[in-house]
Amino acid sequence: MFPFCFEWVWDIGHAIFFGGFWYAISILGAGMTFCILKAAYDTMNDSGESHH
Amino acid sequence: MDSALIPEGAKRCAFPKFAIGIAVVGAVLLWGVFAMFLCWFKGLNQTNMNDYYGFALWIWADLAVIAVGGGAFFTGLLRYIFKIDELKNIINFAVIIGFICYSSALLILAIDIGQPLRGWFIFWHANVHSMLTEVAFCLSAYFAVLTIEFIPNILENRQANKVPFFHHLAHNMHGVMAVFAATGAFLSFFHQGSLGGVAGVMFGRPFAVREGLLIWPWTFFLFTWSAAAFGPCFTLLVTRITEAITGKKLVKDNVVHLLAKISGWMIITYIIAKIIDTIYWAIVTAPSLGFTLSHFYTNNSFYGYWILIVEIIVCGVLPGALLIMKSTRENSNLRLIAIILGVIGVCLNRWVMVLQIMAVPVMSFDTWALYIPSWQEIATSILPVAYGIILISIAYRYLPVFPQEKELNSVEPVTEAE
Repeated sequence: MFPFCFEWVWDIGHAIFFGGFWYAISILGAGMTFCILKAAYDTMNDSGESHH
Repeated sequence: MDSALIPEGAKRCAFPKFAIGIAVVGAVLLWGVFAMFLCWFKGLNQTNMNDYYGFALWIWADLAVIAVGGGAFFTGLLRYIFKIDELKNIINFAVIIGFICYSSALLILAIDIGQPLRGWFIFWHANVHSMLTEVAFCLSAYFAVLTIEFIPNILENRQANKVPFFHHLAHNMHGVMAVFAATGAFLSFFHQGSLGGVAGVMFGRPFAVREGLLIWPWTFFLFTWSAAAFGPCFTLLVTRITEAITGKKLVKDNVVHLLAKISGWMIITYIIAKIIDTIYWAIVTAPSLGFTLSHFYTNNSFYGYWILIVEIIVCGVLPGALLIMKSTRENSNLRLIAIILGVIGVCLNRWVMVLQIMAVPVMSFDTWALYIPSWQEIATSILPVAYGIILISIAYRYLPVFPQEKELNSVEPVTEAE
């Protein structure tokens, strides 16, 4: 799972599988982090005008 | 009692009635949970699996819920990437159904591995040569996507939405939902496909093996296509059932017609590809491996040609044709028949691609292995249904799932005649 795991090999299989996996997880993590931080910012500067 | 939590302007049944309903379905859920714990504590000897037949009934249930849960990713793709705005009126429900399906699939896998405490091994000690590793990665990550897509709807609960942070969080998540939906579509494409790919690469099983493109057998593409085609049928079916139980119209006809039309064209294109694939397999692939078509459908008491005809014609061509024609699509009874047949069709396809594969004799000394599941397998396969009913009931009661509900069920104020 990580390069420091004993069975990790720098080959195409690990690159594709874990590259795709960490890519997807990174997008989700970055997206959620953005939403949470922005929500905290909006709450602190609440103008009460947000709608969805 | 719980009226403060119910969406504003929405009418729900009395709480005792709701609680009794949940208790009845909860009893079925507990039966499944009991069977699940038996499998965990006593082991997989609670099933009728053996060294020859290694797929329990719940593997079919697993693939079936993943297929019908495909409505979430495909509807999300249409709504957020292709910007089909009408679908905003059904996307919440599609996401909830997808969440139920994928959480059920992960639960089933947790039962199937026998030792759930070692479930994390598939990530930590990943076998990067296995399509099932890709399935595990994508399934887990896509479940995270569905959870993220479900959160804003939960935060829009009448009470939760009063908390400013939750209100802003839901608003911001809606704003970037296209990114999550695109990630979900990417993940779904690969895990739906790889579930089909697993069957297609089994060269020791001539009933399943297929040629393909590069490393992907045709079943890879057929599984993804079928999930996108039939998933919306399941969304429409559960919506129709919810409408029947609640006695309310929840989604406008134009939304239903649109999703049914898209589903119909997807089914037709899929079923054409499936027919071509089946014919090529029957006249080229199987004979090249020393088998005739009749070998897979005769000399046993269950699997006959009927299953091929039902899957492809009755539950493939027929629902596709009914949904692409305006006159039949807009007839509520015929549309209901079409979506029921579609859901049965994709479940039957997964049955064939999981259980019939294992049943067909391969060696000359083999016989048909007609599998009878144990009650524990049946209970754990019914468990997701009970769980789904409970979650949908709770979500419908407390969350603004259907944006058009209020408009469609508003009671005209009675004005006195002058």
